[in-house]
Amino acid sequence: MSTVTTPDTAPAPAPTQTSSQRSSTSRFTEAAANYIDERTSISGVVKEFGRKIFPDHWSFMLGEVALYSFVVILLTGTFLTFFFQASMAEVVYNGSYVPLKGVEMSTAMSSTLNISFDVRGGLLIRQIHHWAALTFIAAIGIHMLRIYFTGAFRKPRELNWVIGFILFILALAEGFTGYSLPDDLLSGNGLRIIDGLIKGLPVVGTWISFLLFGGEFPGTDIVGRLYSLHILLLPAILAVMLALHLVFVVVHKHTQWSGPGQTKDNVVGSPILPMFAAKAGGFFFIVFGVIALMGTFFTINPIWNYGPYDPSPVSAGTQPDWYIGFADGALRLMPPGLEFELWNRTWSFNILIPVLLLTGLIVAVLVYPFIEAWVTGDKREHHLLDRPRNAPTRTAIGVAGVLFYAALWGAASSDIIATHFQLSIEGVIHVNQALLILGPIIGYLVTKRVCLALQKKDREIALHGFESGRIVRLPGGEYIEVHQPVDEYERWKLVDYNDYQPLMIRPNAQGKITAVQRFRAGMSRWFFEDRIAPVSPKEIERGGHH
Amino acid sequence: MARKGSTANRRHPLATVALIAIGLMFTGGAYTLFSGTATAETSTASQTTIDEGKKLFAANCASCHGLDLQGTGAGPSLLGVGAASVDFQVGTGRMPMAMQGPQAMEKAPQFTAEDTEALAAYVASLSPGPAVPDESLLDAKGDASNGAELFRINCAMCHNVAGAGGALTEGKFAPALTGVAAVHIYEAMVTGPQNMPVFNDKNLSPEDKRDVITYLKYIEKNPSPGGYELGSLGPVAEGLFVWIFGLGAIVALTVWLTAKSN
Repeated sequence: MSTVTTPDTAPAPAPTQTSSQRSSTSRFTEAAANYIDERTSISGVVKEFGRKIFPDHWSFMLGEVALYSFVVILLTGTFLTFFFQASMAEVVYNGSYVPLKGVEMSTAMSSTLNISFDVRGGLLIRQIHHWAALTFIAAIGIHMLRIYFTGAFRKPRELNWVIGFILFILALAEGFTGYSLPDDLLSGNGLRIIDGLIKGLPVVGTWISFLLFGGEFPGTDIVGRLYSLHILLLPAILAVMLALHLVFVVVHKHTQWSGPGQTKDNVVGSPILPMFAAKAGGFFFIVFGVIALMGTFFTINPIWNYGPYDPSPVSAGTQPDWYIGFADGALRLMPPGLEFELWNRTWSFNILIPVLLLTGLIVAVLVYPFIEAWVTGDKREHHLLDRPRNAPTRTAIGVAGVLFYAALWGAASSDIIATHFQLSIEGVIHVNQALLILGPIIGYLVTKRVCLALQKKDREIALHGFESGRIVRLPGGEYIEVHQPVDEYERWKLVDYNDYQPLMIRPNAQGKITAVQRFRAGMSRWFFEDRIAPVSPKEIERGGHH
Repeated sequence: MARKGSTANRRHPLATVALIAIGLMFTGGAYTLFSGTATAETSTASQTTIDEGKKLFAANCASCHGLDLQGTGAGPSLLGVGAASVDFQVGTGRMPMAMQGPQAMEKAPQFTAEDTEALAAYVASLSPGPAVPDESLLDAKGDASNGAELFRINCAMCHNVAGAGGALTEGKFAPALTGVAAVHIYEAMVTGPQNMPVFNDKNLSPEDKRDVITYLKYIEKNPSPGGYELGSLGPVAEGLFVWIFGLGAIVALTVWLTAKSN
């Protein structure tokens, strides 16, 4: 079932029940609805909100996956707070896990072990919580990729991209603070790396580190502090931003693919009530189910193996959770020896450079919509999505970014790659260093060519149809292959896209050509110099005749 | 220049060499006295076993380790390695090596238990070294909690906290410890094969070694209470799993949910 609404017209009246025989339940529903409406006037909201249309495409559900895993995290996290004690006071463990009996550890570690071994269902909930966290951030990641590659960040949605990206950063912070709470060997080593990162900042580093840890690392404060952030401040900000994110989705209306009847002025799909709400509700339980299955059958973060944190041991295979991997990888890929002595001080850049690099990457992703808007000079609203091939430069930049991230990410598991593929760890690092630079360049060039080639193919199909494989001999002796024309519905998808052309350099009001103008024109040339124009109706007319 | 003659007369040319030799002997002797590793455990191997071992050694090992165990360019000297080392290297199939590489790889043992014993007896008969440990140290009935702590402090940086193994430099690696016989774990600690350091009896007492074995056997016999371990590799395996199987399943479900019915 699909419905079309036009935003500027009043919503169609809800279908009224005409059946003469009303059951007692429906009478009760009516009375209850009336009771509530008379006291809250909620019917206006329900009517307006319930008629909101959501288009149907699998890639539009990825953000929902993130939302639902966040709900799972909230539910399971609340359960965990009932039993977790965020204290670093030393206790002697005396719970059920034999190989840790009699070992001194912090209360945080001991209470996490109790959740795992002595609280009924505790281990299951802990594992669901952790798997849900990994799923949450992964879902945000592919949701962002979908938004990027389809151009859904364009006007009027630039601010929502920024909010979404802040949500991503908040999710990383939530993940990292949670990872550090159990105070086991793994989380302590993770904190030690963060401590090192902070101390690597010139001048302020040491001060910030002492402020954060309440003295020299590890101190006795950090778990309590991270706990406050993890369950109070960060989730509160996250929830507000999430609400804002969703309000914007409603205000902007959902984007859709271009197609017959699907224009920039409408949204084609199912209304929230009843179709979409029912589907989404069901989908929540599906996501919850998949996460619960992972929590049931697959161990995650076995803190009982890691044991309590002690600054001396570091286990082989000590890695952060996947979403911090790119930062760990950046540190691993940094060539050694980038430090010198000056004015009686050692100036080390081994950590500063990766930190700046990552900050640059984050800022670039954050502001990309504004850069593209400035380059194109496009002030129109866009509610129709781009197929990735129809924005070759954007798609190529995206692929380059993904490869850059992937090289950093892969480097974080260099030791695991080395042991499992019987390679030398130095070789893995050097290959990753090369991939970090060459991967994005090659990826950019190849992707751009592939996009242009696909556009050419689309153009060919729109004009001449598919190759049917049927060879026909004409009376004159000529052989031709019969092409099967595409139907109009298919053709629509192939020809309906934005065509940009490089901006001309124009003098401003004073008759001068500024450097900014030149730069912008250069950027625009870079973006749109290589382009395949969409097929015009005239061309189709001509194409159809031969 | 003029003083050269008098200097030469004052000290014999070999005096320095002699002094160093005495010093070395003294230090070495004192070390042997105070450390328990080099205790010459005279096993009750019969002369026939030793002779059998000698023949096997000459046929299979001598090309690299030399006929008199003195070592060659292709393999180290085996003087003083003891029966424990031979039992570990040959018993786990690491020796004889299939080929030179970053380190000897574990494979199916090339010798029977008796032949391995004979080789060990022969090597041990030429010079003292650590013997094959007593059964009482291998029963895995020690203190698992002490063993776990010792393992985290001494072993986990290469072998991973759960004994899943880890990478070393230049293609070398610390192997996984699951499925390794208790006797081989003990011998590895006491002899330090390949790139592994020696944990002598002063460092980890025989009781401590028994505890470490107890811990390793405990985690081997008691699989993770949380379900399948994903190789006990930590966050990398977990991340890979959530992307491929977790998110993979969910994306497949979204495609299914939005598929148009035919």
